Amino acid sequence: MTRAFRWMTWLALSAAATLAHADDVERGKYLATAGDCAACHTARRGEPYAGGRIVPTPFGAIPAPNLTPDTETGIGAWSADDFYRAMHSGEGHDGRSLYPAFPFTSYTKVTRADTDAIFAYLKSLPAVRRAAIPDSLRWPYRMRSLMTAWRTLYFDEGEYKTDPARSAAWNRGAYLVQGLGHCNECHARRNSFGAMVTDPFLAGGIVPVQNWYAPDLSMGTHGGLAGWTETDVVALLKTGRSSKGVAVGPMAEVVLRSTQHLTDADLAAMATYLKSLPDRDPPPQRESAANARELAMNGQKVYTDRCAGCHAADGRGKGDAYPALDGNGSVTEPTGINAIRTVLSGGFSPATAGNPRPYSMPPFSQTLSDDDAAAVVTYIRQAWSNKAPSVSPNDVRAYRSTPGG
Amino acid sequence: MRRLLRRLAAAAAVLCAGSLWGAEAPPVPDTLVQRIAACTSCHGEHGEGGNNGFNPRLAGKPAGYLHRQMQDFQRGLRHYEIMEYTVAPLTDAYMREIAEYFAAQDVPYTRHPIPATTPAAMARGEQLVTQGDAARGVPACMACHGPNLTGVQPDIPGLVGLPYDYISAQLGSWRTDTRSTVAPDCMATVVSRLSDADISAVSAWLAQRPVPADAHAEPPGSVKPPLRCGVLGG
Repeated sequence: MTRAFRWMTWLALSAAATLAHADDVERGKYLATAGDCAACHTARRGEPYAGGRIVPTPFGAIPAPNLTPDTETGIGAWSADDFYRAMHSGEGHDGRSLYPAFPFTSYTKVTRADTDAIFAYLKSLPAVRRAAIPDSLRWPYRMRSLMTAWRTLYFDEGEYKTDPARSAAWNRGAYLVQGLGHCNECHARRNSFGAMVTDPFLAGGIVPVQNWYAPDLSMGTHGGLAGWTETDVVALLKTGRSSKGVAVGPMAEVVLRSTQHLTDADLAAMATYLKSLPDRDPPPQRESAANARELAMNGQKVYTDRCAGCHAADGRGKGDAYPALDGNGSVTEPTGINAIRTVLSGGFSPATAGNPRPYSMPPFSQTLSDDDAAAVVTYIRQAWSNKAPSVSPNDVRAYRSTPGG
Repeated sequence: MRRLLRRLAAAAAVLCAGSLWGAEAPPVPDTLVQRIAACTSCHGEHGEGGNNGFNPRLAGKPAGYLHRQMQDFQRGLRHYEIMEYTVAPLTDAYMREIAEYFAAQDVPYTRHPIPATTPAAMARGEQLVTQGDAARGVPACMACHGPNLTGVQPDIPGLVGLPYDYISAQLGSWRTDTRSTVAPDCMATVVSRLSDADISAVSAWLAQRPVPADAHAEPPGSVKPPLRCGVLGG
């Protein structure tokens, strides 16, 4: 009898453990999606999470490693402690510091329970044998010992701390945005040592090497998302478009792979958090070029001929199909990169479950000269309520050969 | 009678209001062709091709072939930056729908200029297209692309009405590894057996050839490819 009872207890406990494990795996899959881990850890034609995508940095190319449970080439020999150390402290299996192309600077905020769930999910994947490609960092950056000094200067280790003065939704949003979402890794300037600027937080910056401008995410006065509502933010993250603008460039990929798969509650939480970002200082006025007025006048002609049919003469766009350009932060961002590249490359907004057949814009790289493209971009940056500096034909030339990036 | 008049007047008023409102903000047509301006601005509204050597005609090409090309651009098997960028954010279902749209278009072909070519090179081009070169293991183009070179449903494209620049650029891109497809990539095998002069000759002969009266692709299964091709199921 005692033996039978022991057996039954054991069965019940192991069944509960299996269920808990299955639950962890499912939760880990969701969290890995929120962290967009596959974006780097999956090569273009490779097996999911088997690594191999080359992450370009200004210091050289760093291939993302294999996260499948293969013992020799993946994380088969890792423990949950090892995985937590990588996420939390940015240290590899061998104890050496990882390079911050892996955003441990953000992932350090992730809780132990969540890294354990992600680890359980990764361990549940089929093991793929795919050896690491050596990085091609330039000297002196390839000396890993330099990371010790870098970490002292730029790495604040520590899990996210709940702010009891804020709502649960706000805290959830802050946790996702600051941690797994690693939004600030792109939406901030980087200093010359490749460290992201964290104060002000999420204030926008050029994405290194890819050369897109990740806009300021404040919805307050002078913010990059001034005039946006939380509904607009959720719409963009869920469907790739909103009444205020569409996701282009690297953000289109983030929406496709990551944010469209998040729950409405999590997206709303992220919007709640972003809504609380502070107002920004007025942008420092970069002077327009001396011939900006003439450029804009030429640009108005180009706009009337080529753009007004969809974006309307008043720059207010057309419904869900074509975004407004008046008051559009991607048009008025400080550099002009996004408007130039969108004029040159056109393209579709991402095809998501919420917008499966997106409208698109023609690429004008073959039909507009550098002068005409600079003119029309200058025009849309200064027409209606927009007041951004002009761009030059040289700026256009710089981005001619870098679609996608 | 008076009631009828009143009704007519009311209807007219509604129509006028409708068109006035329409003049202010004509609604965006909910059509595929409106959605794919990124495609049609270079390839033409009906896929008739650009007025240059590089934006090829898509109209009437088999849907399976067009769909495969978008997949190959997306996966980095075929390289052309603006195409890779354009298809990157699309789902497979949407790409299939776009492929079917262009496959269903039926518009006249345009003629493209061809470069001066020696009669000997033309003869070599004709030989490669119609008979191949058995000694070098090169099958005739017609062996796969159909006796009229109009392609075969659903996966083999026609080779008629294409500009010299486009054909030679594509053959060259197999050579430089900027165009490939699922293995075994039989076109890569064929091109590896062609000389530079052969590429010019075959491109010139194909480009000068008049488009046949019926340029539609042959029905499925009407050719027996001499090589194993991944795109035809290996």
